[in-house]
Amino acid sequence: MSANENTNVILCGVGGQGTILASKLIAAAAMSNGIPVKTAETIGMAQRGGSVFSHVRLGQPEVSPLMGRATADLIIAFEPAEAVRQLAYLRPGGCVVTSTRPVVPVSAMTGGPTYDLEGILGLLRTRVDNLVEVDAAGSEEDLGSAKCLNVVLLGAAARVGKLGLSIEDLREAIHQRLPQKLWELNERALGYA
Amino acid sequence: MHTEFLMGNEAIALGALAAGVQVVAGYPGTPSTEVLEMVAKHKTDDVYVEWSINEKAAMEVAAGAAYAGARTMVTCKQVGLNVASDPLMSLEYIGVKGGMVIVVADDPGPISSQTEQDTRTFAQFSKVPVFDPSSPSEAYDMVRDAFELSEREGTPVFLRPTTRVDHGYESMQIVEEDEWLRHKPEGFIRDSSRWVIFPRLSVANHAKIERRNERLSEELSGSRYNFILHEVGKTDGARHVGIATQGISFTYVHDSLDVRSHPRVLRIGTPFPFPERCAVEFLQGLDEVLCVEELDPVIERALIAVCGRHGLNVRIRGKLTGDIAPSGENSPDSVRAAITRFIGARESDAHTESQEEPSVQLPLRPPVLCAGCPHRASFYAVKRAMKGEKTIYCGDIGCYTLGNAKPLDMVDTCLCMGAGITIAQGVFHVEPDTTCFAFVGDSTFFASGITGVVNAYYNQVNLTLVVLDNSTTAMTGHQPHPGTGRTMMGEVVQAVNIEAVLRGIGLTTVETVNPLEHELAVQTVRRVAAEPGVKAIIFKSPCIVLARPKAKSLVDENKCVGCTRCVRELGCPALVPTDGKVRIDQSLCTGCTLCEQVCPFGAISGGERL
Repeated sequence: MSANENTNVILCGVGGQGTILASKLIAAAAMSNGIPVKTAETIGMAQRGGSVFSHVRLGQPEVSPLMGRATADLIIAFEPAEAVRQLAYLRPGGCVVTSTRPVVPVSAMTGGPTYDLEGILGLLRTRVDNLVEVDAAGSEEDLGSAKCLNVVLLGAAARVGKLGLSIEDLREAIHQRLPQKLWELNERALGYA
Repeated sequence: MHTEFLMGNEAIALGALAAGVQVVAGYPGTPSTEVLEMVAKHKTDDVYVEWSINEKAAMEVAAGAAYAGARTMVTCKQVGLNVASDPLMSLEYIGVKGGMVIVVADDPGPISSQTEQDTRTFAQFSKVPVFDPSSPSEAYDMVRDAFELSEREGTPVFLRPTTRVDHGYESMQIVEEDEWLRHKPEGFIRDSSRWVIFPRLSVANHAKIERRNERLSEELSGSRYNFILHEVGKTDGARHVGIATQGISFTYVHDSLDVRSHPRVLRIGTPFPFPERCAVEFLQGLDEVLCVEELDPVIERALIAVCGRHGLNVRIRGKLTGDIAPSGENSPDSVRAAITRFIGARESDAHTESQEEPSVQLPLRPPVLCAGCPHRASFYAVKRAMKGEKTIYCGDIGCYTLGNAKPLDMVDTCLCMGAGITIAQGVFHVEPDTTCFAFVGDSTFFASGITGVVNAYYNQVNLTLVVLDNSTTAMTGHQPHPGTGRTMMGEVVQAVNIEAVLRGIGLTTVETVNPLEHELAVQTVRRVAAEPGVKAIIFKSPCIVLARPKAKSLVDENKCVGCTRCVRELGCPALVPTDGKVRIDQSLCTGCTLCEQVCPFGAISGGERL
């Protein structure tokens, strides 16, 4: 990606899944390429198992850290229901990279609306032209860790070409932002999907 | 100078350090917390930083340091300013010697707060000048200017970022550490005619404050933080319109403007004292103005007043006319739609981008207590112990407010920091036959719980105080407090013992129990609740973020009959009904063993805490 292109990315999931670190890795990778970055994220009460999102704007002429509806080029979802929750932000023809493993909230088991996984995946498949499904359970088993779903998803997004950043850019960002003992695992995660 | 990618709160911290701040005091509260944490992270050895026990203490510590000539900063969230309002109101009359900046983070939405109060309004009320940044990089610049204004005028000054500025990240230019300003404070100079507040001093200083603010209104009209973007092209043949805005809303306005043709825009960065001359210049020749702001209609009311004073025939629209929502957070979409309606564009222009809403039922995902949170065990023990009794459960501010959610449903009231203890007393005086419980966290106990306990003890109330002691300030990100024995300066100090505090007040029954020992916890609650007077249970178990599991719990599929009692009673996110049985999500389980103790079939085992 060159400095005069721009990309709007939304990362979404459930508090505690690692969306904030993922947005930091994207920002670090973009800044190494001289691309200005703005982000806005959910911190605080919603982190306790609530829905969380980060808006990441790369190379934008705009000044707002938040983007409007139907302007996201890419949604990286750590959880399928959260992908649907953010779908209104997706630009027509935009791409969604999502984990297909549901995180069922307590509310769905204690009288709140139930979790309709089939309906949720069905809606994503019919509504999104450019959908990349990532098997989180499979990646966890193959990589031997549940802690790197964020990097698995980033790798998938980079490979689809919608992130505007290369795998190599992200590898550099991992070296910049993470302690060395985590490099090997995360580099494998980057190449997984 | 070099470029860094910084969170707004970190930018404020670095801006303050670059301005030579020497004493920083605050109390944690979203979205303000990271400011003080980042001061502690980046500071040099000559800077003193503390988490005070509450915002009033922080304000007074910073005021004292400013009396002695140091540059000082207070950090808190908007409701924290209410706690500090007593010293602040008087401090404005007394004034300061060293520059004093009070960073108050407002929270439109509100996303993590009790109220949508507006610190710009508080600035008007307290007569304290206020800076209102639109971005992290502007907040960085404003801190230094706020210190200079404060020191020159001898008044505390507010900086009031909102959540999107506090928690937004931006790449920005910052100065090198060797360019940070250094001050040698003069020290406190004894002068009772200056530092001791009496009615005669107050009336004299009040007059000075009013004159000063009138002068600052004029001076700030020339500030770079108050500016006009002139109109481009013809917006409308018949009508001349403008937009007045502030804070993060300015960025939404900016991004919605058509670069080839847009109305005149006024951006207000110092809403009090209001830059009147700048506003008059903006209003010249306009017929109508839309005010786009969050929280209170501060600019809108100021412009209405300016029009009245200057005899300007301009119609001012905004929250008071229903053009902007009176509550909640603005968004790029809400602002774009409001501007489109205001400038009279065709409706079709505003809706070309909208998509139909998803047509699938989505689960609700409110925040919940973490898997293995000891608060869940504490609430559940009280719930079981008091089953069938007439009770009230007064809650408080912290992670444990989440005990309100089903299936626990153990928080009947929550008002503000420390209020649970005193609300319970009020209920007791009306309903003496109700068994009154007050739940309070360890940090909240120190912040404003102790006085409530003294009040209960003195005024002969029957009350069971339940201190949920997880040895940290968990909700805001695990800050130390007096009970932890650690300070923000990195010292290990004598911890203040909650049990000893309660016994010192005069309570004779104070029982400390591990809530994860469920049967013992239930028996203790039954026994203590039956006693008269004020008595306390301290449920002591560390926050699970600090106490990692030694071994996680597993369900024996041969024993689990799928009754889901564990799920229905506890609502732990790690318990997941799967294929007619219950499975424990191993990535979430923290080995608390509460579910093991609740399972009637002994189907769960293996959990252990370090």
